[in-house]
Amino acid sequence: MEATRPERPDERELIEALRSGDRAAFATLVDELSPGLLRLAMAHVPSRAIAEEVVQDTWLGVINGIDRFEGRSSLRTWIYRILLNNARSRGVREKRVLPFSYFRRRAEEGSDGDIGLDPDRFQGRGGDAPGGWARPPVEWASPEERIASNEARDVMLRAIAALPPRQREVITMRDIQGLSSLEVRNALDVSETNQRVLLHRARSKVRAALEEYFESEEVPA
Amino acid sequence: MTQSDVIELSCRDLVAVVTDYLEGQIAAVERHAIEDHLGDCPGCDEYVRQMRLTIAGLRGLASDDAMFPQTRDELMRVFSELRPAPSA
Repeated sequence: MEATRPERPDERELIEALRSGDRAAFATLVDELSPGLLRLAMAHVPSRAIAEEVVQDTWLGVINGIDRFEGRSSLRTWIYRILLNNARSRGVREKRVLPFSYFRRRAEEGSDGDIGLDPDRFQGRGGDAPGGWARPPVEWASPEERIASNEARDVMLRAIAALPPRQREVITMRDIQGLSSLEVRNALDVSETNQRVLLHRARSKVRAALEEYFESEEVPA
Repeated sequence: MTQSDVIELSCRDLVAVVTDYLEGQIAAVERHAIEDHLGDCPGCDEYVRQMRLTIAGLRGLASDDAMFPQTRDELMRVFSELRPAPSA
C-alpha cells in the first residue's frame, strides 16, 4: 500500500494554524477550496442553495474535526471526503427528479464490457476489418472555439449530470478540478484501476455528447 | 522483430484503452502499438484528438464560483467562536 503523503511541505503548519484559531489561514483555505467543493456538491444535490449548505456543513466538520485529523491523508483529501459524505447523504434525501438520466443510466449500467462507445460504431466479425470503424468520428469544425461556447458547456454539464454517481465524482474531481488520480483514489476509496475505468467511461460519454452536438450544428461552409 | 512481437490492435481496442493511453498507464510495447495504429488510422487519430478536446473542455468548466458572502461570514464567525485565537 502506497503511503499517502501530504502534498505540501507547509501542510503541518497549516493544520497547526487551524487548530490554534488562525482566522487568516482558515479564510485562505475556505477561499481556495470552496469553488471546487461547491462544484462537487452540485453533482449530488439538486440546487446551488443546497450545495452551499453542504459546503458550509463540510467546513463546520473541518472546524470541529481538525483536532482529530491524524494526517494519514492530505488535508485536502480529508476535506473532500467530508464533503462527499455530506453530499451523498444529502443527495439521497433530496432525490433529484431526472427521468431522462435515470433511463440512460440504467441502460448504461446494464451493459457490461462497456468500452465507452456504441458498439455499432465498429464492424462486426463479418466486416472487412472486424473491430475497425464502421462509422468513424468526423472531424469537429473549429473545435477549440466551440468547445468553450455556452452551448458546449451545457452539453458537457448535462452529460455529467446523466452519469452514474461514481463516474460523476471522478470526472468532476479529475478533469474539472484537476485533482490527481492519487487524491481521487484516496477521497473515494477506489483502486487505481477502478478510478481509471470510471474516468474512461465518464470521459467517453462526455465526448459522445459533444460529438452529437458538433454534428448537429449547422456549420457555415 | 518477429511476427509475435506485433500487437494486432483494432480500432475498437484502441477506443477501449484510450484513457490508459492518455493517462500514461500503459506499457511501452502497447504504447508503440497504439502510436503505430494512430499513424495509419485517421478515424482513431480523430478519436484521440476528440478525447483530448473533451478533457480540455471539461477543464474549462472549472468554476470560480465562490460561496455566498453571507455563508462565508457566518463560517468565519463560527470559526472564531469555536477556535478562539490565543488572546493577543
